[in-house]
Amino acid sequence: MSHSRSGFFWRPFDSLRRGPGGSIPVLTLLGALSGSVPSPAHAAVPLGFDDARHLLNRTSYAAGPADIEAFAGLTREQAVDRLVAWTGQPAVTPPPAWAAEPFESLRRFRGMGPEERKLALREMYQKAFELQSWWLTEMLVTPSPLTEKMTLFWHNHFVSSQQKVRSPQLMYRQNALLRRHALGNFGDLLHGIARDPAMVIYLDSASNRKGQPNENFAREVMELFTLGEGHYTERDVKEAARAFTGWGIDPDRGEFVFRPRAHDDGVKTVLGRTGNLDGNAVLGILLAQPQTAEFVAAKLWREFVSPDPDPAEVRRVAAVLRESGYEIRPALRVLLTSDSFYAPENRAVLIKSPVELVVGTLRQFSFATGEPLPFVLGVAALGQNLFAPPNVRGWPGGEMWINSTTLLARKAFLDRLFRVEEMRAMAAGGGGVEAPGMAARVADGRSRYLQAMLDVQFDGGKWLSQFDGRPQLLQRVVLASAPVTEPPPGVQGMELIRHLVLDPAYQLK
Amino acid sequence: MNRREFLNAVGAATVTAWTPGMAFAQRTGAGYDRLLVLVELKGGNDGLNTVVPYADPAYSGLRPRLAIPRDQVLQLDPQAGFHPALEPLMASWKSHELAVVQGVGYPGANLSHFRSIDIWDTASNSNEYLTDGWLARAFAASPAPAAFAADAVVVGGAEMGPLRGGVRAIALASPEQFLRQARYAAPAGQGRNAALHHILRVEENIAQAAARLSGNRAFATEFPTNPFGNAVRTTAQLVAGEAGIAAVKIALGGFDTHSGQPGRHAQLLKALAEGLAALKLALVELNRWDSTLVMTYSEFGRRPRENLSSGTDHGTASAHFLLGGRVKGGLYGMPPALSRLDGNGNLPFAVDFRDLYATVLERWWGADPTRALKARFAPLDVVRV
Repeated sequence: MSHSRSGFFWRPFDSLRRGPGGSIPVLTLLGALSGSVPSPAHAAVPLGFDDARHLLNRTSYAAGPADIEAFAGLTREQAVDRLVAWTGQPAVTPPPAWAAEPFESLRRFRGMGPEERKLALREMYQKAFELQSWWLTEMLVTPSPLTEKMTLFWHNHFVSSQQKVRSPQLMYRQNALLRRHALGNFGDLLHGIARDPAMVIYLDSASNRKGQPNENFAREVMELFTLGEGHYTERDVKEAARAFTGWGIDPDRGEFVFRPRAHDDGVKTVLGRTGNLDGNAVLGILLAQPQTAEFVAAKLWREFVSPDPDPAEVRRVAAVLRESGYEIRPALRVLLTSDSFYAPENRAVLIKSPVELVVGTLRQFSFATGEPLPFVLGVAALGQNLFAPPNVRGWPGGEMWINSTTLLARKAFLDRLFRVEEMRAMAAGGGGVEAPGMAARVADGRSRYLQAMLDVQFDGGKWLSQFDGRPQLLQRVVLASAPVTEPPPGVQGMELIRHLVLDPAYQLK
Repeated sequence: MNRREFLNAVGAATVTAWTPGMAFAQRTGAGYDRLLVLVELKGGNDGLNTVVPYADPAYSGLRPRLAIPRDQVLQLDPQAGFHPALEPLMASWKSHELAVVQGVGYPGANLSHFRSIDIWDTASNSNEYLTDGWLARAFAASPAPAAFAADAVVVGGAEMGPLRGGVRAIALASPEQFLRQARYAAPAGQGRNAALHHILRVEENIAQAAARLSGNRAFATEFPTNPFGNAVRTTAQLVAGEAGIAAVKIALGGFDTHSGQPGRHAQLLKALAEGLAALKLALVELNRWDSTLVMTYSEFGRRPRENLSSGTDHGTASAHFLLGGRVKGGLYGMPPALSRLDGNGNLPFAVDFRDLYATVLERWWGADPTRALKARFAPLDVVRV
């Protein structure tokens, strides 16, 4: 399989535009959804090149010059309309075939002998890897990078990990749920995730029974999913855990079940509300708390704007979230059209995640790639193993992405990528390329890795030709801010690209 | 340093030329000329077959196939003895330089590898999620001298473990590879914002470490020719270079012995014991043995009752070692209480793992452990003054 991204990433929109339904009604609908936005000074002003770049690089993986120019003539509102118009579509990459096959019972390992178990585990690791490859491929080819960014955002909010769930099928289904609601309704997403089988396993809901409560889900739903630390008491956790008793899954079908006999139907008090509360009632109580909207709004701010949420602005976004009944699109629209988003002090202040660095580079420079194995291993080596965040808090992100190891690994990865044509020549001569140790965990990993690296192609001449006659634009496309080290005079072409991507400023968005 | 602290720092008129570590360098009370070597036993080491309660009849009852026969145990006292594969450590035991701490664990034990090692790495409570590693917090509270190449080095893998979140911690597969890659790092002044500032600081630390990590000393000591032996050799090389490093972390993997435990576990303990014995010889050669403390840790121990595959499942408390020229050898903690297993059939713990961390911080480095550990823990009296 080979995906060529010789076109720019808005190109696939054209193909979608040909699809049924067309785009105009969607745009109109979204315009209506956004409600009564006051008409600020910027309403009729086109973004211009740098603002368009800023918007695309924060909401998509990274944009080439043609994409940026396509947005430069739009106003802030028009630009956001266009970005969100393409969200909410299913993935364009077909999932692995096993995703739709009959469910593999979670109890299948029981009663297996050591050899049989070893084989079954190997098959599971293989599928888990295929799942990672599927998602990374979708990120590389999607016509709606914003959908992928938000799906990953929710994966990091409603964390589950294959390492505990041990069912690639359930992890796939959870991803589909996150994707479906990625820019939909937060309340629906919360209710969906609470009954999501992978989450039920991950946070031990299944062992939460009347008389033997397991507080794991009840605690995390408050601490990490809705309110944040300090906005509930230990008693609220205990009482909520009772309300969620009886929520479990059928291990043979992999589906949510409610077990009435395990449910505690006594009176509980959660956040001041008393009654025979069940799990749904508790989720309703959590959504009714204004703090939940503020918590989510602040997290969106940290994802899109800066590491330091502005309290007044967060309240404004939270208000929109609450007034719309937790619709995510209008909240995102307020965020992405705000003066804060475009403020000079909020440019180049976010550190790219491993996915943003790897996928962003491949997309921005229109790399052609074979199987995504080197990039799946690549983002994992840089600290972002998809479907396996480190713990229920997710990837802490920000400055935590960068330490001596990961920074050198980021630069080594970039250097290798932009010397891929030299590498091909060396490999033809029988040396130069080595698969990382991690590749051995995948079937035929080393040889597949080497082949995949040979399939990577960068047409530097063609990419650079976009800047014929306007070389100063290249740096503004590649970097979110001025380089730390100015390129020496006379440096151009591939040498200039390498200088810019190895500059510390390239790690920022 | 987070963004707010950064803004405060650059906002303060007094800060003119800000260099990493400088602000605190004058008041490091910690004795970082003393080295800590952490040895992670990945996968959950079976404490019961490492330090064997050979005199307890319940032990052989729970482990009809796995129990180490009494006549093979290397006796430490009338109750406890080493697995025979630990023979290379007996010299240190006999010279009273090896402390064996039994029953190390924590309240509310978590039986997931990932979560439990997270708890150990961050020194958190079992229901608490912390981001930074405990050593990273220790070095943030009292940094190693600015002249050091790094606070700490993780040898062999990129997982920073107890050092995650620490800026002046570096990871290297081998010094050669690190030096090869270090050319990517070029220190270039101050950042315009906290994110860039952080990146530039990391670049500066890489460059600084690379400048001091050269040199290739020849040892009379023979290092085992396996990955753990290589990690030990790298550790010795780092110490020989006198680059200034307060802690080194190495790891030995494969302890998740759910099946076929006897052969596998013996192999692992042999590799561990031979590696640690070689480390001792090399550090004696360098005259650093008296200023080194080696400590093992693992995410959990294993279940006392063997399973049906000649293996053991995830457990709780386990035994760990402290080793070094200044260690007061002997048995510490509590022998495994095989008659008091919990609902999962697992052992109660006697020594909180953070007591060991407090021992390192207070007794080894003379540092204040409260910021790193976030609460008071009781250090063990295992270090000779």
